[in-house]
Amino acid sequence: MAKLKVVSALKLVIQSLRIGVMSTVLSGAVIATAVSAEDLGWPEKEELKFGFIKLTDMAPLAVAYEKGYFEDEGLYVTLEAQANWKVLLDRVIDGQLDGAHMLAGQPLGATIGYGTKADIITAFSMDLNGNAITVSNDIWKEMKKHVPHESGKPVHPISADSLKPVVDDFKSKGKPFKMGMVFPVSTHNYELRYWLAAGGIHPGFYAPHKGDTSGQIDADALLSVTPPPQMPSTMEAGTIYGYCVGEPWNQQAVFKGIGVPVVTDYEIWKDNPEKVFGVSKGWADKYPNTHIRVVKAMIRAAMWLDENNNANRPEAVKILAKSQYVGADYDVIANSMTGTFEYEKGDKRDVPDFNVFFRYNATYPFYSDAIWYLTQMRRWGQIAEPKPDSWYKDIAKQVYRPDIYAQAAKALIAEGKAKSADFPEFATESGFKPPQTHFIDNIVYEGSQPNAYLEKFAIGLKNDSQI
Amino acid sequence: MSKQQAIPMIFSQVKQVNWPTLNQFLSATALPIVGIVIFLGLWSLMAKNIDTSLGNFPGPAAVWQQTKVLVDEHNAQMEKAEKFYLRQEERNAARLAKDPSYQPKIRAFTGAPTFLQQIWTSLYTVMVGFIVASFLAIPLGIVCGLSKNSYTAINPLIQLFKPVSPLAWLPLVTMVVSAVYVSDDPMFSKSFITSAVTVSLCCLWPTLINTAVGVSSIDQDLLNVSKVLRLNALSHVIKIVLPSSIPAIFTGLRLSLGIGWMVLIAAEMLAQNPGLGKFVWDEFQNGSSESLARIMVAVLTIGVIGFALDRLMLMLQRKVSWDKSAVLR
Repeated sequence: MAKLKVVSALKLVIQSLRIGVMSTVLSGAVIATAVSAEDLGWPEKEELKFGFIKLTDMAPLAVAYEKGYFEDEGLYVTLEAQANWKVLLDRVIDGQLDGAHMLAGQPLGATIGYGTKADIITAFSMDLNGNAITVSNDIWKEMKKHVPHESGKPVHPISADSLKPVVDDFKSKGKPFKMGMVFPVSTHNYELRYWLAAGGIHPGFYAPHKGDTSGQIDADALLSVTPPPQMPSTMEAGTIYGYCVGEPWNQQAVFKGIGVPVVTDYEIWKDNPEKVFGVSKGWADKYPNTHIRVVKAMIRAAMWLDENNNANRPEAVKILAKSQYVGADYDVIANSMTGTFEYEKGDKRDVPDFNVFFRYNATYPFYSDAIWYLTQMRRWGQIAEPKPDSWYKDIAKQVYRPDIYAQAAKALIAEGKAKSADFPEFATESGFKPPQTHFIDNIVYEGSQPNAYLEKFAIGLKNDSQI
Repeated sequence: MSKQQAIPMIFSQVKQVNWPTLNQFLSATALPIVGIVIFLGLWSLMAKNIDTSLGNFPGPAAVWQQTKVLVDEHNAQMEKAEKFYLRQEERNAARLAKDPSYQPKIRAFTGAPTFLQQIWTSLYTVMVGFIVASFLAIPLGIVCGLSKNSYTAINPLIQLFKPVSPLAWLPLVTMVVSAVYVSDDPMFSKSFITSAVTVSLCCLWPTLINTAVGVSSIDQDLLNVSKVLRLNALSHVIKIVLPSSIPAIFTGLRLSLGIGWMVLIAAEMLAQNPGLGKFVWDEFQNGSSESLARIMVAVLTIGVIGFALDRLMLMLQRKVSWDKSAVLR
């Protein structure tokens, strides 16, 4: 039987006292050093607390901690799981957290004043893809009848066309068709809406200027907020019939046998930007060196995660399975993190890019990514008034900070910890990705023309339409 | 003597000689053990038949297994902490070599708190909240007990706030603490203050009411003695009021501590403040195949600690009570 290490805890106290003495003694001695690039300047704040939500895409934070990348930058970071996205954002705003794993829409939403108004910025994009839409077994049974099959297996990507008859049936019986997403400005909300609308199912409008933030005006499918880890149990309880969420909560539904993931966000929009690392603007202005060093550590973590064709992923899964991080079973997390995805039980397919942490410049904060989120906020009425294209660019530049990212990347290149080929050409990079074509409905997204993009959608606000 | 005669003889002797002690032994030790064994049996039987989406409900064996795992995790974390301090020592020294103006500083270990550390956090928080509440409630209770007028004035407020659930207080406390408690280098973390204040708010009332009742029902003879001796107000309270209302005050304190402990777990869960409540919530969120067993470990720990706290108060009451013969339960 294991014995308590009260003694060792005591030893620690004594040791920390001793260290204090030793380090003063050592002050004169010259020691070969691993401490990096002073031209960057020492961190202004060394003890930091970062928040995260229990999702596999918090991996860069966990890896940067466990692999000692934060410590290499002279930062002593505590990672703390948060109850939900609202609590997380509020704690970053009021300074209880120095920074956090955030939904890409959160810094944008906070800056334009949708929800809590606050200046939040991001200099690091945490990953691409990583979400999926899951429906309950009963809904899947009905949907499956309308899904084309090939050699006994459903053909992916499955569009919402096959869900439409089910939703219509619910409507004719006067029953509400309810689905869950994780936050009003979450990627999941916009992805779920995108997928539903592409199949002709209206996901409902927001009307914040009239005090209606339920997002259910004119809706065929009623979407509501549920924190990610509670998605499977909420669906099991019958409160919602499906949800859009990050991993491992889709694979969890497969393992528990309570639902079937029907489509991944990789299929809705190939290589879509997902979480970001957000800090408050006040914090970033006060501690610039600290911020750059945090980004440095996280770039190294992202590189490690994608190194040698995902060779480190099994080790990353082991880290994430610890109860203080994601805490789900190893097998559940491994399912998606190691480049596969299980749809129906037994229907496991290769999706090597289901979680992308570094390749394809995944960590670079592109303005065009920010503008896509803003277009979706406008499309569904969270931005009630029409805005000119210039407004979209201004907000993107206010919130997304590639300048800070570039400083961190250059420091890493100078230290020989990264190659310049791994990053965009900083001198010429405009921050706008070339027109993106890989959407489930084949609509092309061009980041420099948000209003023209909005006009292409059959469902959604555009031009000067208002609720 | 034939065998048939001998047996009843022996039995009757046994009956006469051994019955009382056997009875005592049974009621003191054996009965609780029987109760626990039956409980464990029923528990493991029931557990097998409750199938959740996270696997079977944990039986006693699974819970015992997780208890050991939690202790092992604690030990592993302590080892990691040791290494953390060593690394920090090297890093500080290296920085000093380059940057002599640097003031080296040893930072506390940044790893996640273990189960045992969470228990300590909860205990510490509840004790602080409880002590603060008691220091407010006992004097206020004495005032209410001594003066009918002040009791009439305060009573409506007591009745109004007593039934309020801690969860209703929590958002208000959280916001007020974040607004009022602002400091660059705070001595206590905000989450600790929030939990402790919530606990205090909920443990005020039983102590207050019981103290007031105890003080107002002091034996008339004792009050007369005080009058005859012409004790001043302070000596009256110290010599007469406090000693004779000790049993009532302690009844209130024990109720308060019990409530405080329950409130704290709920508050930690809801506000995500460190402690046992947060541990339970985190495990629930993890949804791994071991989560339920780990939650069960926490449930039993909470129960054991609640029981231990109550016994502690009882011991304290025995120590300070003047009437050592009173039956306390």
